[in-house]
Amino acid sequence: MALADSAVVLDHVSVAYGAQAALRDVTAEFPKGAVGLLGPNGAGKSTMLKALLGFLRPTSGRLAVLGLDVAARPLEIRARLGYMPETDGYVPGMSAVAFVAYCGQLAGLPAADAMQRAHEVLFYVGLGEARYRDIQTYSTGMKQRIKLAQALVHDPDLLFLDEPTNGMDPKGRDEMLDLIRDLAHGKGVNLILSSHLLPDVEYTCDYVVVLDRGAIATSGPIATLKGPAGRVFEVRVKGAARPTFIERLREAGLDCQPGEDDVLRVFVPGDEHGPGEDQRRICEIARDSAVQVRHLRASVPTLEDVFARAVGDQ
Amino acid sequence: MSPVHDQSYRHYDGARQPLGRAWLVILGQGLRALLRRRALVALVVLAWVPFLVRTVQIYVVAAYPQAQAVLSVTPRTFQRFVELQSVFAFFVTVYAGSGLIANDRRANALQVYLSKPLLRVEYIIGKLAILLVILLATTLAPALLLVVVQALVSGSVDFLQQHTFIVPAVTLASLLRVLVAALTMLALSSMSKSARYVAVMYTGVIFFTQAMYAVLTAITGSTRVAWISITANLDVVSDAVFRQPPRYETPVLVSVLVLAGLVVLSISVLDRQVRGVEVVS
Repeated sequence: MALADSAVVLDHVSVAYGAQAALRDVTAEFPKGAVGLLGPNGAGKSTMLKALLGFLRPTSGRLAVLGLDVAARPLEIRARLGYMPETDGYVPGMSAVAFVAYCGQLAGLPAADAMQRAHEVLFYVGLGEARYRDIQTYSTGMKQRIKLAQALVHDPDLLFLDEPTNGMDPKGRDEMLDLIRDLAHGKGVNLILSSHLLPDVEYTCDYVVVLDRGAIATSGPIATLKGPAGRVFEVRVKGAARPTFIERLREAGLDCQPGEDDVLRVFVPGDEHGPGEDQRRICEIARDSAVQVRHLRASVPTLEDVFARAVGDQ
Repeated sequence: MSPVHDQSYRHYDGARQPLGRAWLVILGQGLRALLRRRALVALVVLAWVPFLVRTVQIYVVAAYPQAQAVLSVTPRTFQRFVELQSVFAFFVTVYAGSGLIANDRRANALQVYLSKPLLRVEYIIGKLAILLVILLATTLAPALLLVVVQALVSGSVDFLQQHTFIVPAVTLASLLRVLVAALTMLALSSMSKSARYVAVMYTGVIFFTQAMYAVLTAITGSTRVAWISITANLDVVSDAVFRQPPRYETPVLVSVLVLAGLVVLSISVLDRQVRGVEVVS
């Protein structure tokens, strides 16, 4: 593995909480840039980040961050890392600007520089007007922003963002995603975004690692993963034999994932044989399954399809 | 370079402090936070009242030698002073120490601290230093100043020459009391998310062990069981370092071992509790 060129490298890493395995022999490489760590709740995303921070010691394997071994050089790594935890985390009794400046000092910034950076970063995350307020009076969305600010204050080379949009209202969520996207694509900050929300990852990241039940399900550039040879169709059928229809689709080699409002997302692999050929094939399977096609439309492959296929394969 | 100054996120290219100094940042912030609490400042000021009283005593003895019969200044005077200061130290420990780690645990601050370039031991040292500084300001500082006052007011160092152990004894007795109190409190603080609960636990530990000693002494008729009380163990060591007749039958070595065990236990608890991630079994 190219240690220096990667943001993070995991080499056969296993982590367990007592007898409960959280990561199972994970080998993965996170390139620099914006990388999404995607997976359902309990997949091991937060565990992976905590192991990379040195909070958890792996039972086996080796972890490297920015080319540095986590076990051997944890302090040097943390000096170059910014971590936005999933749960609220702050020092009680401090104003936002004092807290962020304090975090900057803990990360090695001189006091004056830390205070100046704290003001700048708080304005950047949208807390400029509220920066003198006690953090304990902040709303959930504001607490998310303050967590981002404390992670950014020392200008890290790599950011770990653990579920950064948790508990935010739609507007706040969009703003947070815009901030993350700007950091990654406008400011050149490398980041790993851990989330179970596909649209968040799709909007902000270029590369994705999908984790499921403590193992890597798939990984790669999102554009590549979304665009393999094949097409996606949205299908809605009527009839009691819907399960049979799904079964026959799969028997025919068409991957099928249930979506919202009874809509099935049918993935047709391989090259297209002719105009309308895929649709005809789906309709024939519907006829053979004794269901009536009520809706059939070509769709755009999304990260959701990648995720569904990857997790489904597991 | 863009003609328009970018006021959004900017990269930092200034100086960075070398690793290993984070505990000083924690100490500085902790002291500033404590000194904003008027009740604590008042308590520390109050702790200096005995110093003023003893200063008057030393002055009276120096100015009126006939007062020596009633207000004599002896090594026991300094030992009593150190012991009286430990009463103030108890209240300071409860007030200033109970929330040191408990509040961080309540607000999930440990994961923030430990994601920065500092070791767990640096975090603990930083928190311990906060309590030690405040406690030393209420115990060791007035005790040592009292020794200096004695020499200045009496106009000679004869007393110190006759009792060369006074300065080491004052230092050792104060440091021991402060260290045991601070480590015990910090360990308890790391075990809970409630500062109030920690304050009750600490008070309980001190008074319960003292009550146990009193009960066992009443039953056995001997003070040999003084090792069970934290306060009594400190007194046993204090008697030894001030070269005073022992008040308890417990051997000094036993008390030293009990106090050392308490220190080791506290460090062990801190090692287990202060972690970036809380693992629930």
